[in-house]
Amino acid sequence: MSKLCSLKEAVAEYVSDGDLVYAAGFTHLIPFAVGHEIIRQGRRDLTLARATPDLIYDQMVAAGCARKIIFSYLGNPGVGSLRIVRSAIEAGELEWEEYSHYSMITRLSAGASGLPFMPMNLTAAPDLEKVNPNFRRVTDPFTGKEVMVVPPINPDVAVVHVQRADKFGNAQIWGILGEQKEAAFAAKKVILTAEEIVEETVIRSDPNRTLIPGFIVDAVCHVPYCAHPSYTQGYYDRDNTFYLQWDEISKTTEGVLQWLQEYVYDLQDHAQYWQKLGEETHQRLKVKEKLSSPINYGEF
Amino acid sequence: MSNPTYSKTELMIVNAARLLQDGDLVFVGVGAPNLACNLARRTHAPNLMMVYEAGVIGAQPARLPLSIGDPTLVSGATAVCSMYEVFSLYLQRGNVDVGFLGGAQIDRFCNINATVIGDYQHPKVRLPGSGGSMEIAAWANRCYIMTPHHKRRFPEKVDFCTSAGFLSGRAEREKSGVRGKGPQAVVTNLAIMKPDINGELEVTALHPGVELNEVQENTGWQIKVSSQLERTLPPTEEELHILHVELDPTGIYVN
Repeated sequence: MSKLCSLKEAVAEYVSDGDLVYAAGFTHLIPFAVGHEIIRQGRRDLTLARATPDLIYDQMVAAGCARKIIFSYLGNPGVGSLRIVRSAIEAGELEWEEYSHYSMITRLSAGASGLPFMPMNLTAAPDLEKVNPNFRRVTDPFTGKEVMVVPPINPDVAVVHVQRADKFGNAQIWGILGEQKEAAFAAKKVILTAEEIVEETVIRSDPNRTLIPGFIVDAVCHVPYCAHPSYTQGYYDRDNTFYLQWDEISKTTEGVLQWLQEYVYDLQDHAQYWQKLGEETHQRLKVKEKLSSPINYGEF
Repeated sequence: MSNPTYSKTELMIVNAARLLQDGDLVFVGVGAPNLACNLARRTHAPNLMMVYEAGVIGAQPARLPLSIGDPTLVSGATAVCSMYEVFSLYLQRGNVDVGFLGGAQIDRFCNINATVIGDYQHPKVRLPGSGGSMEIAAWANRCYIMTPHHKRRFPEKVDFCTSAGFLSGRAEREKSGVRGKGPQAVVTNLAIMKPDINGELEVTALHPGVELNEVQENTGWQIKVSSQLERTLPPTEEELHILHVELDPTGIYVN
């Protein structure tokens, strides 16, 4: 059965106030369009989980969508501080729960695998486990040594952006894989956005590239340029200029609110957002083709 | 600085690059560590392999990446894997020779704080947090730190220990059983410091034109000095040429 729908419909149907949301993607494929749609639809009290909250959660926190944030690196990658989230934490206005990258994605892997917890080797760093009770030590029954364990995380909804998917939600990704697969398998509901919707035969022509099978996906939305100012490998480049600009925009509340008004609230959807960015930006983010060598699966 | 033809950052990058060995598999961060690895690859360590925490193995970036997940890291790399895999199969398994670390505070025993200044629950300054560094500090065979030398960056004890150096001394780290050997050197714009037999930092080399009192004035405790104190050689023309012309032509990081 086709799961194609508009992003507006998907967010209305699958994202509720109070949900634990995981918008996946490590630098690559961050689903900004979905964050913006959640802002437009005025969701509240969300718990926002991501290894790197990035600008997408800075914007959602600024718009008042979040009650709590779960993260492992709170920065504007390569630029500096994530000003909105940081100041909300410093002001005591936002709850937070903190991990290292590895413990964060281990939680996600436990959730994706249906496990009650997952072990990790000890790091000797004493302080994070003191402030986060989700780090527990247990005795390895085989060696008698201590290991660290963390519980699963099972988001109410995961949002995953991909290069291409069919209408059933079978989805293919290349480039940085981040925690896309784990987030999708861990979540109760999955909203999938894709640069391109392709025929099932395209997916079946290269099954090794399929990271997410359609049966775990609830909604499939065709959203070109969904990841801007993040990027989609082979489709458009990361807008580093915007990441630098955000450092300026987010220095003041007025600056952020004005940006949200102009680029989110005043627009209907992501197609309008992309148009508004203008020709200069479109040209600047174009990528030159670099194809992989074809492989032979064999005809049987 | 006695020689005006290179910046403080270039001095750190060049000295960090010299610590890398041919064949090292390095867990790279963006910015200065990325430049140090690329410089080493173009000089004495052509077989150095760069691994990025985003899950990219054997990257050969054609441009200077702003972020740790830049698309240029992927195109032309030998492999891409998930984040869970890069941290478990590569780092936790013990396949990473070198990790680079940074932080707002580095203390006498090389412990690192990248989390908060002040109290954790009511932070005076909320910093980015661990990212990959908690595990890199524990499990990479060797770690290096590059940081400007300021008193506030070198307190006697960190406010929050995000990543383990030698804790209260080398014996405590060894007792913890973590596989990596911990920080091997801190490279600043003034000097190189290395942990002594007890894991306490001592000045082992001064950069050209720098005197010991300058290092002491910018360190938050009575810093030990090695009995074999050396002086680093200034960056060579070749090293500076590679940095200026090939690696960072617009001077984003080196200036």
